[in-house]
Amino acid sequence: MIAGRTGAWEVVIGLEVHAQIISKAKLFSGAATDFGAEPNTQVSPVDAAFPGMLPVINRVCVEQAVKTGLGLETEVNLKSVFERKNYFYPDLPPGYQISQYAEPLARAGRLILDMSEGTTRTIGITRLHMEQDAGKSLHDQEPGKTHVDLNRAGVALMEIVSEPDLRSAEEVGIYLRKLRAILRALGTCDGNMEEGSLRCDANVSVRRPGEPLGTRCEIKNVNSIRFLMQAVDYEARRQIEILEEGGRVEQETRLFDSARGTTRPMRLKEEAHDYRYFPDPDLVPLLLDPAWVEEIRRSLPELPDARKARFIKEYGLTPADAAILSGEEATARLFEAAARGRDPKIAANWVMVELFGALNRKGLGIENSPVSGESLGRLLDLIADGTISGRIAKEVFAEMAETGADPAAIVEAKGLRQVSDAGAIEAAIEAVLAREAEKVGEYKSGREKLFGYFVGQVMRATGGKANPALVNALLKKKLAR
Amino acid sequence: MTGRLPALTLAEARDGLKRKEFSARELIEAYIAAMERARPLNIFITETPERALEMARASDDRRARGSTRSLDGIPVAVKDLFCTKGVLTTAASHILDGFLPPYESTVTEKLWKSGAVLLGKTNCDEFAMGSSTTTSFYGPTLSPWRRPGDNRPLVAGGSSGGSAAAIAARAALGAVGTDTGGSIRQPASFCGIVGLKPSYGRCSRWGVVAYASSLDHPGPLARTVRDAAILLAAMAGHDPKDSTSAPLPVPDFEAALSGDIRGLRIGVPAEYRSSGMPAEIDALWEKGAGWLAAAGARVKEISLPMTRYALPAYYIIAPAEASSNLARYDGVRFGLRVDAGNIDEMYELTRAAGFGAEVRRRILIGTYVLSAGYYEAYYLKAQRVRALVAGDFRKAFETVDLILAPTAPSAAFAVGEKSKDPIAMYLNDVFTVTANLAGLPAISVPAGLSGDGLPLGLQLIGRAFDEETVFRAAGVLEDAAEFRHLPEFLAQDGR
Repeated sequence: MIAGRTGAWEVVIGLEVHAQIISKAKLFSGAATDFGAEPNTQVSPVDAAFPGMLPVINRVCVEQAVKTGLGLETEVNLKSVFERKNYFYPDLPPGYQISQYAEPLARAGRLILDMSEGTTRTIGITRLHMEQDAGKSLHDQEPGKTHVDLNRAGVALMEIVSEPDLRSAEEVGIYLRKLRAILRALGTCDGNMEEGSLRCDANVSVRRPGEPLGTRCEIKNVNSIRFLMQAVDYEARRQIEILEEGGRVEQETRLFDSARGTTRPMRLKEEAHDYRYFPDPDLVPLLLDPAWVEEIRRSLPELPDARKARFIKEYGLTPADAAILSGEEATARLFEAAARGRDPKIAANWVMVELFGALNRKGLGIENSPVSGESLGRLLDLIADGTISGRIAKEVFAEMAETGADPAAIVEAKGLRQVSDAGAIEAAIEAVLAREAEKVGEYKSGREKLFGYFVGQVMRATGGKANPALVNALLKKKLAR
Repeated sequence: MTGRLPALTLAEARDGLKRKEFSARELIEAYIAAMERARPLNIFITETPERALEMARASDDRRARGSTRSLDGIPVAVKDLFCTKGVLTTAASHILDGFLPPYESTVTEKLWKSGAVLLGKTNCDEFAMGSSTTTSFYGPTLSPWRRPGDNRPLVAGGSSGGSAAAIAARAALGAVGTDTGGSIRQPASFCGIVGLKPSYGRCSRWGVVAYASSLDHPGPLARTVRDAAILLAAMAGHDPKDSTSAPLPVPDFEAALSGDIRGLRIGVPAEYRSSGMPAEIDALWEKGAGWLAAAGARVKEISLPMTRYALPAYYIIAPAEASSNLARYDGVRFGLRVDAGNIDEMYELTRAAGFGAEVRRRILIGTYVLSAGYYEAYYLKAQRVRALVAGDFRKAFETVDLILAPTAPSAAFAVGEKSKDPIAMYLNDVFTVTANLAGLPAISVPAGLSGDGLPLGLQLIGRAFDEETVFRAAGVLEDAAEFRHLPEFLAQDGR
């Protein structure tokens, strides 16, 4: 909900995600799909649409798409149909894109958003279908000329369309991160937005709460989640402003300008696109064996939602903590390595507070964490067995985050082992109490708050290494005399 | 021995080679000379004599080593719709100027693997769109036939007119063509030869320039039914590179020619008669039915009620697919390009210059019938008609084994006679398109002469993938018809 000048507005967003399928070969040709290869080195005559060339479906791509459909809890259609979407463009060699239209591979799925407050929201997945990517037009190679790179032409994509169920830029971000985590867990898309293997268009409209849907604009050309959230926010405010001034929102395609943080209408000349879809006569309908689909279903890895449920049940985490720790595969793996055989709540806290804090400061992703789950676990062991105090542990952790060194080695090298020798601690206490005779008097006459001060002084005197529990006990005893 | 070469059928030449009565080199040299003599008919777009001699030499070498193949040394003409590696492939269109495919079509690859020798690439209607081989950028192919006492040049039929004329004029022993709405059978009928459209999926379409993918059928043209059977055996077979290719074994089609059709049930569709058919065609049809009955078949009338809707449905579906299939000819990657200031203009100028009038007409029709608002009324309705036509056949084949019909509603017409009226031209396909819509095997066998002395063919249509029964009955029809007439022009004489 966004507050406008004239009252509250509801933002309605639906997303169309294009996810590149992980596969060695393209959707309908044997050509390779490596990112970053020399232009036009991964092109077969089929991709270049030479006369008489015919498409043949790549089984691996179908399997990946089915896997994704199952992961998004869709109904996988045992019969789907490839159609031709006809339009002329130099990076589309046949003059049509092979896609699925009337009969897609999968329909009616859902994706669960884990909201920051620990609640969830279910977003509908309208459909998932397979299609070919186009090539790339390069306009900057030679003045006045356009070059075409067909390496990407024919690469397999999944188009995943959501219902217009999203209500804010924040939800858009959560949706995309969740979708990406699911795709990565399935191994069907690497989710890399910078390389273009995950692309997202957003349909945005606004309305007064309870009213029918407003006119939508489609935002294209956004290559990061952060930018997409910005674009959605900007676009919603732009539409609200138009409507509050009595204007009308034009249905159009708009491009996001990341430098300005704004959207602007696509400059392409206004052609009423009629794609003349019709079933591709070079391909037969795609018929799936139900037994094969079941086999794929059985082989699915654990997905974020199932993992979250398991974290709640197995580790006793709160739903909010479980959502945070289960969302990304790498986070979950690290947490479980640290928590296994230890107190899971303590492990969860260390991951979410200390580790996330350190990664944030260093600008690192979890997959590049200098501290592994195993070494964090060993640090927790050192606390548990009294080798170091929790306070010293934070110091050790800071060192681990810097150097990646083993916690035990840091404790040894820096002499941070906790002092639990009662004699040594008593000596320190006596020295402190002798020095602070005046404060001891105040304490004894009722200022009991000073106890913490004495603890601090003793800890300082022992270089922080004294066992705090022991310090407390001995200090109490001494002061009670 | 070589003196009687021109009169030999493909099967006879094969056997003569086997008996070493002549060499592949001798045979090929005779056919290269014939190909050159046939130039006035404009049969070939590209002649490949050097390659033919080289292939002949390789064939003779194989034979000397004792490892011969089914078509070893046989000269074959190939419709210029089949991509041939390193050999100009034009689809008879200006837009494919200079196109040298970097690959060989599956069908021709199979022919060469069977030892066949490429003579050259034959003329056809541009992108196989036509029934007369007059829409070619390379000019019309003329029929070797003339009406007695009339010197006007006649069309060879189409679209595989060059391949049909090559066989009729003895400029090739075997030929391959494609049949989308009758493009093998109608020119075979016009030229007095045999032409077979196999079942859809029997021969791979990989490497064949597409006109209408769901209707395009590669197939053989030959002098005799046996020759066609031998050729088809070499051309057919499952191809994993064509998703619509049938994963079925290839039968020995030649062995199917037993001559015995006793008890075979032949259907004669009543609806084919009502299309205002000329009396002489009707009479020939009756005669054909009589021959088959005399050989022991049981002839009965059947009904194919959807027949009258087949031609209009065909002329919606075929252009629809063509409009999309031909989008790739955009001047960007191969063939003709007319440079211009921007990309849209480049497309427009290139395609305007590269495509002839008939191709442009069909692209426009196809684009129209697929457009928003017309798709349901035209394309979808045509697809429903197509399903009904197939249903007609399925029902008919519950009570008969084969269907006998005329191949075309007339004999060959003069060049230019029907060019002004596309509808009159389209009507040529009225008896042939049904088998394309249903994907059924169908053969045209020369059965007699028209009143003005031109060949007329009869057509046998069979069940899907039952080419064997089609060949068997066609052989009987051929024997009974005793069609021994020769065209006025022969590129090599050996009567």
